[in-house]
Amino acid sequence: MNFALIFLIIIFSISLFFYGKSKTRSLALQNNLKLNALPKFYGYYLVLWCSIPSLVFLLIWTLFEPIIIKSIIIDNAAKLGANISDKNEANLIYEKIKAIHLGTYFGDIDNILQQSALSYSKFIGLFTNSKIVLIFSVIIGSILYSLKKIKNNNKARDDVEIILKGLLFVSSLIAILTTLGIIFSLLFESIKFFSVINIFDYLFGTNWSPQRAFVRDASSITVAEYEELKDAFGFIPLIAGTSFIALIAMFVAVPIGLFSGIYMAEYASTKIRRISKPIIEILAGIPTVVYGFFAALTVGPFFRQFGESLGLTVSSESALAAGLIMGIMIIPYISSLSDDVINSVPQSLRDGSYAVGATKSETIKQVVIPAALPGIIGSVLLAVSRAIGETMIVVMAAGLAANLTINPLESTTTITTQIVMILVGDQEFDSPKTQSAFALGLTLFIATLILNYVAQRAVKKYREKYD
Amino acid sequence: MTKEKRLKKRHNAEKRFRFYGLASIFLALLFVLILVQNIFSKGSSAFMKTAINVTVFYDPELLGVKNGATKDEILEADFFDITIDTLLKTFPTNNLDEENQLIDLFTTDAELEIKNALINNSNLLGKTVSLEITSSDDIDQLHKGNYPRDLPEERRRISNFQLSIYDNFLENKKIIKNFNNYFFKNGDSRDPEIAGIGGALVGSFYSILICLLLSFPIAVLASIYLEEFAPKNKITDFIEININNLAAVPSIVYGLLALQILLATIQLPRSTPLVAGITLALMTLPRIIIPCRASLKAVPPSIREGALAVGASKFQSVFHHVVPLALPGTLSGTIIGLAQALGETAPLILIGMVAFVVDIPSTPIDPSSSLPVQVYLWSESAERGFVEKTSATIMMLLSFLIVMNFLAVYLRQKFEKRWN
Repeated sequence: MNFALIFLIIIFSISLFFYGKSKTRSLALQNNLKLNALPKFYGYYLVLWCSIPSLVFLLIWTLFEPIIIKSIIIDNAAKLGANISDKNEANLIYEKIKAIHLGTYFGDIDNILQQSALSYSKFIGLFTNSKIVLIFSVIIGSILYSLKKIKNNNKARDDVEIILKGLLFVSSLIAILTTLGIIFSLLFESIKFFSVINIFDYLFGTNWSPQRAFVRDASSITVAEYEELKDAFGFIPLIAGTSFIALIAMFVAVPIGLFSGIYMAEYASTKIRRISKPIIEILAGIPTVVYGFFAALTVGPFFRQFGESLGLTVSSESALAAGLIMGIMIIPYISSLSDDVINSVPQSLRDGSYAVGATKSETIKQVVIPAALPGIIGSVLLAVSRAIGETMIVVMAAGLAANLTINPLESTTTITTQIVMILVGDQEFDSPKTQSAFALGLTLFIATLILNYVAQRAVKKYREKYD
Repeated sequence: MTKEKRLKKRHNAEKRFRFYGLASIFLALLFVLILVQNIFSKGSSAFMKTAINVTVFYDPELLGVKNGATKDEILEADFFDITIDTLLKTFPTNNLDEENQLIDLFTTDAELEIKNALINNSNLLGKTVSLEITSSDDIDQLHKGNYPRDLPEERRRISNFQLSIYDNFLENKKIIKNFNNYFFKNGDSRDPEIAGIGGALVGSFYSILICLLLSFPIAVLASIYLEEFAPKNKITDFIEININNLAAVPSIVYGLLALQILLATIQLPRSTPLVAGITLALMTLPRIIIPCRASLKAVPPSIREGALAVGASKFQSVFHHVVPLALPGTLSGTIIGLAQALGETAPLILIGMVAFVVDIPSTPIDPSSSLPVQVYLWSESAERGFVEKTSATIMMLLSFLIVMNFLAVYLRQKFEKRWN
């Protein structure tokens, strides 16, 4: 149905283009008047007026039609006496009604369902018909308006450009909409979560085990039940595990990344630079699921065997394996950023240092790096934010159970791992367990936002200093 | 300390420092090498499959079809008995247990393979032909040498009896290695020997296609607006801050966004390439806008001024002159953004693409998997056969990424103008 309508709109637009073009041309010839734009712009003008309002209307209609029909049908069914007490039951009944309408339902059909299905088909028909009528009136209305405009010899090029500029502006607004969407979707569930669990109990609790939190009626929780629930949602072990793995990753990535950045910027010949820089950047292009696979199937077991041969007990999902591989993934972020930063330190600083007799390494250590420090710190912070937001490596290679430990050979868990674990598979919405994933997402979002802000400020300040 | 000694010490420090730099580059390169070597050595064997040569007699009586039966009649026929007969003839057995062990050496799809051979060539009815039946996963792994046979029997998945059959087959040259067409053709399966990435390939293709269709036009239009038309004001600043922040938001947050908005509110179908494509498009958008803007910025103002000077409007100068010149950079930025989207896993897991889907999706609104999610799913499986399958999937994924990145570099180097 929608495809047919879109096709119709396209056909209309194309024919209107040629109509507008020839119409204005003949108008100009007949009345011997000077057109205010090339004839094709009148064609474009008609096309824009014909297609944009109708397409926008169609999109909005398609988005809201199912929601409206659903609420009407469920209201109706409830009036008919269907037993609808919560959202899940409503969804189930709605699916049944839909299936009866499509003829794919093979269960028992009682009177209520039968009647609802009939009214469902009625509404579907009604909505489709009114959609067609409304779309056509939108198209006709906008065509009449624009035809009147072009008959008055409007400045079609300017008008077309105003509309197009509006389109450009709307596409750049998508970024704002996405941000708003993220914030609202995270806040919406998080607020529900924090209305059950006190935010301080969440932030400072030391025990995380959401699988223990069975769904009960979230609106009426007794004090004893709350004590138990609160004990299941303590954030401290997660932030500890996340920071711990990120710290291990930084121990690997910062020295290797920084030294290779320095070498590339200060020592390497253009030939070496040209070859090795892209190869190191391959590390950033490899999908993280590949690292996760490598960490889980090769590095983890290798560490365990190696540890056993030394008489140590190493978990096969150790924080060390996950952190190490994450560190490797992050090397190129640090190396290429610090390479850029070091390159933009003015040569005069180095020359001054050489002039007083310093060797190259002394110059780097005592002049270049201090000068580039804000930028380097910025790049490390960006890398940290990437490390704490990284998901697949830790999901596959780090543990699932939260435990507070500083032993890198034991398994720990992270914020992202828990989000995945909670949301994979069947989830009951409206349970504190599912909502807690959104609270974790919100925490993660805020943390990375702060880190990025600080890092970008640091890099920017530094750039301004030498520009 | 004498002067010479001090100088020597300083020079040694210089050499050491230089060595650290070289060593870290070398280490990073070594990691790339180890990773690639590890994946390739594990995965390359998955492109071949082990098959066992058997002799099938298409007995019309046993099948219950007459000579000269039509295709439909063959489709209806029951091939179970003939399959069991055929498989049992390959090696003498004494009791039921041994029979079961023998049958376990072949794939669970043996019946289907025997049936398909007849469907493809109905002349075979009533004749005896030799067919290559895919072996079970255990024999496959044993034959490829991924599975040690010198373990004690109770720790092996293959019994001594089965091993003796295998040795007998090997002696009679009945075991063959074929190109593994199942790996590319089939959907997911619980049995490694018939599991394939066909469904994941199609799913990834649809997701990336939708991602491209949504993100490329929007990103190009948005960057044209920001670079060429946007007035310097608070709204523009706000949009820019948003784009920069979105580029750094962890991908899993986009998964939460899709779960709440696309699945729970708009109620698009779960586990489908449609939802995956929209999610990836939202994620890729800022990552494409940034290089797009850079390539628009690189076009010198003289081009715009030249167009304006001969009477073009601002729009005409941008769309007729600036955008075509910036197109190579824009396209290569888009391809790199899509390559990142192709490897993205976490948001897809949250929108339910981890569901076990056997069928190959035919439209973007069928449930499906995608290549990186398939890697994740198989890496969680216990069967040994999935290790090589996972590695082979990674090889496919990496080769797509390499092709895309080369394309991006090629576009930029071939078509981009240098303005000096």
